[in-house]
Amino acid sequence: MSELIHHTAAELATALADGSASSVEITQAHLDRIAAVDTDVHAFLHVNAEVSLAAAAASDKRRAAGAALNALDGIPVAIKDVLVTTDMPSTAGSKILEGWVSPYDATPVTKLREAGLVPLGKTNMDEFAMGSSTEHSAYGPTRNPWDLDRIPGGSGGGSAAAVAAFEAPLALGSDTGGSIRQPAHVTGTVGIKPTYGGVSRYGAIALASSLDQIGPVTRNVLDAAMLHDIIAGHDRHDSTSLKHEWPSMAEAVRNANVKGLRIGVVSQLDGEGFQPGVLARFHEAIALLEANGAEIVELSLPSLEHAVAAYYLILPAEASSNLAKFDSVRFGLRVTPEGGGTVEQVMSATREAGFGAEVKRRIILGTYALSAGYYDAYYGSAQKVRTLVQRDFAAGFEKVDVIASPTAPTTAWKLGEQLDDPLEMWRGDLATIPANLAGIPGISLPAGLADEDGLPVGIQFLAPAREDARLYNVGGALEQLLVDKWGHTLLSQAPALKVGAR
Amino acid sequence: MSDISEESVRHLAGLARIALTDAEVTALTAELSQIVDVVAQVTSAVDADTPATSHPIPLSNVYREDVVTDDVLTPEQALASAPEHDGSRFKVSAILGEEQ
Amino acid sequence: MSKAKLMDYDKALELFEPVLGFEVHVELSTETKMFSSAPNNFGAEPNTNVTPVCLGLPGSLPVVNEQAVRYSISLGLALDCDIAPSSSFARKNYFYPDLAKNYQISQFDEPIAINGNVEVELPNGRIFQIDIERAHMEEDAGKLTHVGGSTGRIQGAEYSLVDYNRAGVPLVEIVTRMIEGAEHDAPELAKAYVATIRDIVLALGISDAKMERGNLRCDANVSLRPRGSDKLGTRTETKNVNSLRSVERAVRYEIQRQAQILADGGTIIQETRHWHEDTGATSAGRPKSDADDYRYFPEPDLLPVVPSSELIAELKAALPEKPVERRRRLKAEWGFTDLEFQDIDNSGLLTEVAATVAAGASPQAARKWWTGEVARLANAADVDANTLVTPEQVAELAVLIEEGILTDRLARQVLESVIAGEGSPREVVEKQGLAVVSDDGALIEAIDKALSAQPDVLEKIREGKVQAAGAVIGAVMQGMQGKADAARVRELILERATAQ
Ligand SMILES: [Mg+2]
Ligand SMILES: [Zn+2]
Repeated sequence: MSELIHHTAAELATALADGSASSVEITQAHLDRIAAVDTDVHAFLHVNAEVSLAAAAASDKRRAAGAALNALDGIPVAIKDVLVTTDMPSTAGSKILEGWVSPYDATPVTKLREAGLVPLGKTNMDEFAMGSSTEHSAYGPTRNPWDLDRIPGGSGGGSAAAVAAFEAPLALGSDTGGSIRQPAHVTGTVGIKPTYGGVSRYGAIALASSLDQIGPVTRNVLDAAMLHDIIAGHDRHDSTSLKHEWPSMAEAVRNANVKGLRIGVVSQLDGEGFQPGVLARFHEAIALLEANGAEIVELSLPSLEHAVAAYYLILPAEASSNLAKFDSVRFGLRVTPEGGGTVEQVMSATREAGFGAEVKRRIILGTYALSAGYYDAYYGSAQKVRTLVQRDFAAGFEKVDVIASPTAPTTAWKLGEQLDDPLEMWRGDLATIPANLAGIPGISLPAGLADEDGLPVGIQFLAPAREDARLYNVGGALEQLLVDKWGHTLLSQAPALKVGAR
Repeated sequence: MSDISEESVRHLAGLARIALTDAEVTALTAELSQIVDVVAQVTSAVDADTPATSHPIPLSNVYREDVVTDDVLTPEQALASAPEHDGSRFKVSAILGEEQ
Repeated sequence: MSKAKLMDYDKALELFEPVLGFEVHVELSTETKMFSSAPNNFGAEPNTNVTPVCLGLPGSLPVVNEQAVRYSISLGLALDCDIAPSSSFARKNYFYPDLAKNYQISQFDEPIAINGNVEVELPNGRIFQIDIERAHMEEDAGKLTHVGGSTGRIQGAEYSLVDYNRAGVPLVEIVTRMIEGAEHDAPELAKAYVATIRDIVLALGISDAKMERGNLRCDANVSLRPRGSDKLGTRTETKNVNSLRSVERAVRYEIQRQAQILADGGTIIQETRHWHEDTGATSAGRPKSDADDYRYFPEPDLLPVVPSSELIAELKAALPEKPVERRRRLKAEWGFTDLEFQDIDNSGLLTEVAATVAAGASPQAARKWWTGEVARLANAADVDANTLVTPEQVAELAVLIEEGILTDRLARQVLESVIAGEGSPREVVEKQGLAVVSDDGALIEAIDKALSAQPDVLEKIREGKVQAAGAVIGAVMQGMQGKADAARVRELILERATAQ
């Protein structure tokens, strides 16, 4: 197995720049790795070696011609299957979109292509991003590279597992309630949900439009920052896209320094309901930051008590409407009842056959929350809770620069363990959901391994809207402190994957 | 306790155009009741004075110039994924209901 | 479809008071669609004016057309509405194959314009004020073609075809408050109201307003209140009314139909009804039910519209004069009598007549042609007159007459050819060689021939019985295939008869 796969994207960029590796070599190395381990991991839904190698060859040609290149030109990147692509199918993990190829590229994908990155394939996910384990993919679960019997988190388990298993140095994810950050937490990787509107949603198959955000999934903070710098920025196709002059996130990492940084620790996300090993690593990390000049401040955000409930009204409501387009008329699956039927019957049969159980559950719940007589009590109240959450954060950020918490209450659970209990699984999103409700950015990076099971634990930082650079500052600094303390990266401790199919 | 019955689940499934099986209706009725009992807490968490937030980042007057762009699809692209078409239009089986 | 039993209109009015309400949809004539940069033009090949947004493709997102917002504000101002300091979009959720996303982006609790009114002048001179509840922005749906079955209608069709070219075309929906007190004039008021809206949007230049193309569509709500009762009756909503004539007819029909049912002890069902131009009747559509649960919620992909006071002032300053003022001005400018102006009102063709005058015709000629021959042909064809010819064509015709190139009779012939699509009046005259023969030489030749064939007539004329010339005129005109000016022919006959 080529050593190339163990390098970070930043290191590979250096190798490309000094001519010690070509994009075709790097791309081929990752394709080989996918061929070797992905039967077990199942991070990818689609890989097209020909398309990837052609893009890699084009990058090498550009470089040979001396063209001005983006730092990551020629670096492979895996794309969550929620983002539409013109050269690979886009299914969002659902049977209803099996084989569908979009006539247009999602804006983040266009930006990757323009920067010369090499799309490596589309990664597995919970169907329409509904789930926290990737078990709700219609194409079978992804497995956690740390323990193949465990979940890789979700919904972006495919992207997280791909980078954790060294199948890709970079990946894109989408985060509606933690789908980038929670998989990072359970796979020992880095994931960032940017400020809402920081990255275009155009071409991201919508789950909940007011919560969805696209972001980087990587093995270290600098790689995430470099990817973030490429995909961020205004897009005329997305009305909610921000016209903001973003500072360089990569520069924020390179200049990382927590001296004088005020870090808030949220009492509601520290204690009850959290696994001891998760809390232990969190407190150690906070102590380390404090020892290096950060100021730790206790914060109370009382509205978080109702955040999960509000989220599980807003999300299904918006999703029930967003998923109405899957009706068998213009694209996707069509199922005709035996003996034919009216278009109404064809639509209903298609949606019955094409959607999985969790998707149907949320569509019905969302339909209920919006229906006449219930709107004010449910959807209306949930939108008010959202106001309270925003107010809590606004008050908190008066006192601190960033807010810290464990990313999720537990480490990776076993496949199948929580499938029957949606409420239990939803409670796992307690720490990540508030950022989506408030539109603020969040990062999860590795904090160590839990003592009780030896599985990865993440720490989350949140910043005010448009202050994504603060996350790269504190994340970059903590990562450096931890790696210095451990003497290695966390991922280097992951058990080696058996090469070759099971 | 929520007021979710099998009948209301069938009605919701009709609105959402999903031909649920009887078994699904039964299972969903139980699950939804349980879920709604939990999420209904939002009702008591807020009062009438609290404004609702539907956009996390408040913006306004986001407009597009009235100009045709290259986002327009060719008819071939438009029809490429159609389950059925007649060469220029999407084809669907007979429609029962009427226009709204 | 059999017509329902109808009560005599006057009898119906004796027993009941009609209560009306209208929802008029106006398609805006922007370059692109409401939320997508696809072209907004009529008549393109199916599914050629579409982007991923129009097809509701996964991942696509709407972005508001600024011009559509400006047009909507202008329309709101022209209707004397308050422009909302902040208005927003919502999703109206229902499944239908012409609705790509299976929700329509519309405005719900925060429309862009509210609380307006518009003055409508009826042909009998009565001025009626109609209160506008709201005007809101939304997107149009695609177009369905029903195939198979005998009628081309939805019932009995084997399958349907969908064209999304119209999907996403910007609409403003204007909703009136309940209209009471129209009494006998209810059908005329309906027509006059829609004609007024049409005149307003045409004057603003924000819509092509061609009803036959669906640029302007009216849903008419009609209910009856028994005399002496203060309880409102159940209303029906008649859709699909695609011409001014039909608006009037549909309202009259619903009044007569409902009156008969109520008089027979029946009840009116709250339902949508469809107007059928061919049979002149409405038929039952979808009853209102709890399935009409549209689950409106704020459109998360779009942001509020917060027009600045500068923008509102700018658009207000650019408003054209109000319809009622315009009518007064034109009537004075044209020097029409009440009766002559009523003629135009009855036809609902004020805008066309004005445009014809602007294109060079005399006011009297413009009035005469539109309310005379064009209206007659339109009636015969069961369409609105403005669908047959353009004001420019009518003006050209009038000018040709004034120039002496056409006689009235020839002009009518030319008009029919223009309607048949054979070209502009001048082109038709040229192609068919229809111009009046103004060469006296040719006329004299024909006259001399006719006079020598009828020596008795010649004698009478010479004796001073001038009216005898009529017999010769007929013969000469026939000989010239009508391409002669009869007055000139008469003059020449008298000249020749005395000269010989
Ligand atoms: Mg309506
Ligand atoms: Zn409407």
